[in-house]
Amino acid sequence: MNMKIFIPRDAAAVAVGADDIAVAFEQVAAKRGLPVEIIRTGSRGLCWLEPMIEVATPKGRAAFGPVGTEDVNSVLEAMASNGPHALRLGIADEIPWLKRQTRLTFARCGVIDPRSLDDYRAHGGYKGLERAVSLGPDAILNEVTASGLRGRGGAGFPTGIKWKTVAQAKADRKFIVCNADEGDSGTFADRMIMEGDPFLVIEGMTTSGITVGATKGYIYIRSEYPHAVEAMKAAISAARRGGYLGDKIGGSTYSFDMEVRVGAGAYVCGEETSLLESLEGRRGLVRAKPPLPAHHGLFGKPTVINNVLSFAAIPFILTEGAKAYADFGMGRSRGTMPIQLAGNIRQGGLFETAFGVTLGELVDDIGGGTFTGRPVRAVQVGGPLGAYFPRALFDTPFDYEAFAARDGLIGHGGIVVFDDSVDMRKQARFAMEFCAVESCGKCTPCRIGSTRGVETIEKIIRGERVTENLALVEDLCNTMKFGSLCALGGFTPYPVLSALKHFREDFAPAPTTLQAAE
Amino acid sequence: MTAVYEPCYDSWEETRGAEIIAEHAGQEGATLVILHALQEAFGYVPEAAIPMVAQALNLSRAEVHGVFTFYHDFRHKPAGRHVLKLCRAEACQAAGGDALAARAEAKLGVSLGNTTADDRVTLEPIYCLGLCATAPSAMLDGRLIGRLDEKRIDALVAEARR
Ligand SMILES: Cc1cc2nc3c(=O)[nH]c(=O)nc-3n(C[C@H](O)[C@H](O)[C@H](O)COP(=O)(O)O)c2cc1C
Ligand code: SF4
Ligand code: FES
Ligand code: FES
Repeated sequence: MNMKIFIPRDAAAVAVGADDIAVAFEQVAAKRGLPVEIIRTGSRGLCWLEPMIEVATPKGRAAFGPVGTEDVNSVLEAMASNGPHALRLGIADEIPWLKRQTRLTFARCGVIDPRSLDDYRAHGGYKGLERAVSLGPDAILNEVTASGLRGRGGAGFPTGIKWKTVAQAKADRKFIVCNADEGDSGTFADRMIMEGDPFLVIEGMTTSGITVGATKGYIYIRSEYPHAVEAMKAAISAARRGGYLGDKIGGSTYSFDMEVRVGAGAYVCGEETSLLESLEGRRGLVRAKPPLPAHHGLFGKPTVINNVLSFAAIPFILTEGAKAYADFGMGRSRGTMPIQLAGNIRQGGLFETAFGVTLGELVDDIGGGTFTGRPVRAVQVGGPLGAYFPRALFDTPFDYEAFAARDGLIGHGGIVVFDDSVDMRKQARFAMEFCAVESCGKCTPCRIGSTRGVETIEKIIRGERVTENLALVEDLCNTMKFGSLCALGGFTPYPVLSALKHFREDFAPAPTTLQAAE
Repeated sequence: MTAVYEPCYDSWEETRGAEIIAEHAGQEGATLVILHALQEAFGYVPEAAIPMVAQALNLSRAEVHGVFTFYHDFRHKPAGRHVLKLCRAEACQAAGGDALAARAEAKLGVSLGNTTADDRVTLEPIYCLGLCATAPSAMLDGRLIGRLDEKRIDALVAEARR
């Protein structure tokens, strides 16, 4: 019988050699006359162990990692003989880091072949859509609303309410748009699910189409994600061939089709109205709201725009019921969040868990501290617009409201860890610079304020009139907070002010230059 | 082990450009789609193509030019033979990316955003490749590289220079 070997094709695994490993496995197996079948999967999300290779055994899939090309011979030997190996990690599902997660959205990621519709269906795929079709729009809306799902793109707006608004709007055409612009540093969950379980995203969008009466969808993927673009395109074609996109999907009376559009390197295009402008073929200038996209969205038509993870949560909710989802979580943050541990972290990767886990547990316990072995000093949560948290705030539970109460945000769930070599003046400067570079230019506080912010922080770094300039930065931040149209200008103050507040010692006035004259 | 991959582009020809534009012009909101397709074919978006896109989409030249200049991806002129993009976003900064970027700049003798005098290498910043748990990250002509260290960055620079 063929030995079944699973090798990820996820971009993060490929970036550390997974493609070379796959070739090497084939070559070595052929040379030794071992019959193997190589299946390319997504990633399980244990990024520090990538490339993580698995082999089917009677007890489940046994994992090895991180595997280098030089290990292929011996790993294959250990696989064939079920023998010991230094890189052997045991049965994948039993690895504690994976086992302690609650994988509702990422249940199949790293397990199935993302190019195979059959594999998707064999692992419970399209059960949610089947139930959705039998329920009909009103009952789907009830389920989505009762699940408590809030948008995973950052703002945390209730998905059920958004869908209901579009469902109630009257128009000749409506659209479903999936926001796969994932521009936040430290986030990669959208990318992973698009590469590892793309049919899940398609199923979520299709369900949304049925619910609100839209027959056309777009998924807008950033150009920095060529592997995700390829995976989504392949899955869309396969779904079409299998009758899951197009006319009368899955034998129902509903029709829905979708296509991929690729961004062009503008961070602001992740903002929903800017994204719609970009989809329409224009500059990504943010639109004033109202009108909401739910009323006047793509091409002026009522539009559902949701993050990849929001759509990806839908099939579970419909398959298992709203309660099964809402039973997880805390407060008004229901369900699970795919959290991304990144930066200088020993055990980085994707950790899906119920809301409520504390920042400290995530960074120290699950993440295992820094890979440099130095103390953790700061963590930025929620991307470039998120606050820097010091250790003193590590008791903050992962929850929309708890982070907001501490002048932070969970955003898209990315956590970037820095050790004690970090210079917080540099990080504050970078936040302003990023805003200046990426500003769509529509409002003065964002466009000009951020440029002034860079200049002023540079003066502080040079030790020029530090106290005055610190006050000026705080002033600028307030102007940006209250005078910006969107959260790029409005939230850039979060990383800046948190750096100033929690890491003030980095900004202390330099010793006077008189010393130099000694 | 990995073969050096040489991006290969056509030189600008009006008829070829017109074909590409016509192929995509029927889609709704086609401007970005067309600009991407042009850049994929020619390695940049030739200035002569802008009025052609405008005409095909019934837009003003200024509008298309505005779109073209808004997005970081679109090039006004061909890049170097190889394009090395280094991630400069926060997770890669935290993982030691600053020093590696400085090292690449020093080795190539150009700062980020520039092309070497011999037109061999364009060195560019990129803001997150979604490889933030295997940081620092880079992309050489479309190929992804994670867990960069001094040895790997030196090898990438050497490869790009060939
Ligand atoms: C500057 C900026 C960038 C954003 N980037 C993204 C992004 O990359 N992906 C995303 O889903 N939402 C992003 N958002 C949030 C979107 O505007 C919007 O809230 C989201 O797409 C709604 O979907 P959700 O309700 O499913 O979260 C961004 C917002 C701003 C202001
Ligand atoms: S805050 Fe900045 S990015 Fe947002 S609309 Fe204003 S100028 Fe554009
Ligand atoms: S557009 Fe609102 S502040 Fe400028
Ligand atoms: S920050 Fe560099 S890959 Fe995400």
